[in-house]
Amino acid sequence: MIYKDFNIFSAATSALGELGKTGDWRDLKPIIDYGKCIPVVKDKPSCFLCWLYCPEGVVSSSSPPRIDYDYCKGCGICAEECPAKAITMVEESK
Amino acid sequence: MSKAIIMTGNSAAALAAKMCRIQVVAAYPITPQTSITEAISNYVESGELKAEYVRVESEHSALTVCIAASTVGARAFTSTSSHGLLYMHEQVHWAAGSRLPIVMCCVNRGVGAPWSIFNDQQDSVSQRDTGWIQLYCRDNQEIIDTVIQAYKIAEAVSVPVMVCYDGFVLSHTMMPVVVPMQEQVDAFLPPLKTSGHLDTANPRNINPVVFPWRRADSQGVMRDGYMEIRYKLHSALNDARGVITQVNGEYARVFGRDHGGLLWDYNANAAEILIVAMGSIASESMPAIDSLRAQGINVGLIGVRAFRPFPKLEVREKLAGAKAIIVLEKAISYGHDGALACELKAALYGSAVRVPFHSYVAGLGGRDVNAKEIEAAITDSLKQIAEGNLEPPTHWLNCRTE
Ligand code: SF4
Ligand code: SF4
Repeated sequence: MIYKDFNIFSAATSALGELGKTGDWRDLKPIIDYGKCIPVVKDKPSCFLCWLYCPEGVVSSSSPPRIDYDYCKGCGICAEECPAKAITMVEESK
Repeated sequence: MSKAIIMTGNSAAALAAKMCRIQVVAAYPITPQTSITEAISNYVESGELKAEYVRVESEHSALTVCIAASTVGARAFTSTSSHGLLYMHEQVHWAAGSRLPIVMCCVNRGVGAPWSIFNDQQDSVSQRDTGWIQLYCRDNQEIIDTVIQAYKIAEAVSVPVMVCYDGFVLSHTMMPVVVPMQEQVDAFLPPLKTSGHLDTANPRNINPVVFPWRRADSQGVMRDGYMEIRYKLHSALNDARGVITQVNGEYARVFGRDHGGLLWDYNANAAEILIVAMGSIASESMPAIDSLRAQGINVGLIGVRAFRPFPKLEVREKLAGAKAIIVLEKAISYGHDGALACELKAALYGSAVRVPFHSYVAGLGGRDVNAKEIEAAITDSLKQIAEGNLEPPTHWLNCRTE
């Protein structure tokens, strides 16, 4: 092949955020209130529905659960699914 | 020794694909293409061809299988016609955008509605802007030779190639074909020594979404945006002009047959009236040219072999001495002109060639176009030009238009 250019088609190394930091797509930022979050309140691994439902896989299944804001796109699914209503979507400050 | 065998265009295409030692084939039956893949499945079944024959539920899947195979470096082949080609349209774009050297035969057939199983070139012409190289064949010899050349071209520029030829007129018509020797084909077209776009040592995600702008990936490497990647496809098609010519020349040296590269001509040197056509309507025009020349009319023929990339400069050069141009073609850009006529007019804009220009759409949906009718059309156009009708709208040959 005469084309040595690695970039003749779109490709990316499989990695967290292979396209770069997509967190800047976000308009609304999920903030977890650990005072309401079930695993934190019960002090044992439980619930983690935010981790399960997040389509980007950016929530950890740890107690407390943590969100990787470099890649969280702000879709709000975690807030919708949280049974303890511990997550609020807060407008990103401009 | 190479030997001549009497065979159909579809047999020639299947044999060529086998001689190219294709590794993966996937196709879905559609008239008039089906007998290519039937022949290939026989080759695979009998063990003559060591290839993976993947049965699929549609043309969209057929090309998708070829895309996957080509992505890992396999030599992949498919063939289709008409609605099959239209059904895979999305993947036709995808194959080109992924820069995969797939070869596909398009056995030209009219598209519905209304239903037609018969020949014209509307199917492949409608895929003009998908980023594929399109080569049109005039006879069965050219089909076998062009499929072999097509892999060489595709693999050199990383662009898929569509080898187009007229349904029934060529696909199901027997004519003598000189079959190249396998050793010569092997030397001309060595195995593809590549793992394609994938590499187990360096795993990558192919075709993730790209942004309108360039952007650093997770490793901080700048990646092209959509426009850069598309610009590279466009540049590759432009570069393919030289490659098509070069491969044709190399083929002629090895196999002794020169199909002209981007263009071919017949009695065109110093001809004042130039007929331009593509595919079997061009070969059908040859006896018409002979007959007109016998009547003292200085007419010649130019056959367009590469529709994409379009040979703009070569066309200008060939038409430089023309006093009149008449285009015959089996496709139309509805609401404008014949498709080839549009291309030619655009190629001539800004050149010194400003001559009467007639164009004919003919043989749509398989309506017969024979040399006598072509001769009559040319004679009629010359009469109209003499009367001052220099650039009328596209004529519909042999069609009731009142
Ligand atoms: S807002 Fe969406 S992307 Fe962000 S953590 Fe919640 S579910 Fe995941
Ligand atoms: S879904 Fe809500 S309660 Fe459950 S772990 Fe996530 S934040 Fe805590």
